[in-house]
Order: sequence, then structure tokens, then C-alpha cells
Amino acid sequence: MADLKLVYFAWVREAIGRDEEQVERPAPDVTIRALIAVLAEQGGGHAEAFAQPEKLRAALDQRFVPLDSPIGDATELAIFPPVTGG
Amino acid sequence: MTRISIQAEDFDPAAELMALEASGGGGVASFTGIVRGEGGLVALELEHYPAMTSAQVERIVEEALERWPLLGVRVIHRYGRLEPGERIVFVGTASRHRAAALEACAFLIDWLKSHAPFWKREHFADRTAWVEARAEDDAKAEGWLKPPR
Repeated sequence: MADLKLVYFAWVREAIGRDEEQVERPAPDVTIRALIAVLAEQGGGHAEAFAQPEKLRAALDQRFVPLDSPIGDATELAIFPPVTGG
Repeated sequence: MTRISIQAEDFDPAAELMALEASGGGGVASFTGIVRGEGGLVALELEHYPAMTSAQVERIVEEALERWPLLGVRVIHRYGRLEPGERIVFVGTASRHRAAALEACAFLIDWLKSHAPFWKREHFADRTAWVEARAEDDAKAEGWLKPPR
């Protein structure tokens, strides 16, 4: 199965230093929270961006979902701070 | 009539209101958001999630259409660099009666604030800062989760 595309916005993007990347696809039952904990272990910008999961929000295939959602067969996972539009 | 625009360019609220007035209702309500120049703000920068933004705003508008009998809805949300005094967002609603137009307009702007993928960064003369989401805005959006009256 194809890799999982991650996209980042706002300070998450700045901490990681890029707006998207491909990662090896985890098993479908792995949650977003579990995946970002693994990514944080790489250290550097990922550790900084994912240090406080309570400050993060996510979307799977362009739909907001809780961090405890399984990634399933989504093709795009977005990680970002709470939105501040309007 | 529903129209949604996610754009960098400015817009003309008068022209948008006139279009809504032509939708056959008895009332038009609108909200225009403006960049406040407080605390020495030089500019506001709005980032968004292009692959998601339009679809998500569409879902928010669908929610409003399910709750209120609207004849017209217009949403414009800008992105990019905006200076104090510039327009950021426009929400306009038309309905047969005022209550639906006013309530739907308030609902739409509250939900755009907390349910649309935009992020604001403030630029000052010597620093920049990402705007943090306010619990108060979330509470306003959550208030609309109660069944409509």
C-alpha cells in the first residue's frame, strides 16, 4: 500500500520545517496520537511540534477527526494547531 | 443561492449585499470581519488548507441551510497578508424573515472561526506570533450545537 502523506500547517509546519512529507503507512488501527508519538521520537522539529498533543488537531482526508481516530486507509493526514479563522 | 469564495483578493460588501437582496427574501443580514490594528499590529497573515477549505466551508453552509430557511448564503474568506483596516471575511444571509437571516449569519461566523481550516499569524514591527484559539470562540460555536429554537 502507498505511503501516508502528512501535511502540516502554521507552527507545526514551521517546527518541522516542511509543509508535507511521506511516511511509511502504519497498520490501519494505529491512531493519529500513536503515529505522532512515534514521529516525535525522531527528535528535532518533530519532537518540538508533537511535544504537546493537546495543542494539536488533525484531519484525515480533509475532514476533522479526534487524535484518537485510527488512520485506517486514509491517504492524507493533516496535523495543525486549533484553527483561528473568521 | 449559495456562493463560497476563498480568495486573496478584497471584495465589495455592497455588491454582495445587493446580490443577496435580489434573492427574493424579506431580509438580509451580514457580517464583515476587519483586521484590527491593536498593539502595534503591522499585518495579519492568514494561512489555510487549500485542499480542505472550500469543502469544509461548504459543509458549514449546508449545516446552516438545514437549520434555517435561507434563500441566499454568501461566504467570502480571504487568505494571505492583510493590513489593519482590511476586510478578512464576509458572511451574508437572505431569508423571508429577519430572525432566520440574523441567526444563520451569527451561526456561520461562529462556526467559520472554529470549524474552518485557517490560521492567523500576527506581524509586529519586531516579531511575529501565531494567534491562539480562544476558548470563548469554541464555546460560542459549541452553543450552536444545542437544538435550534
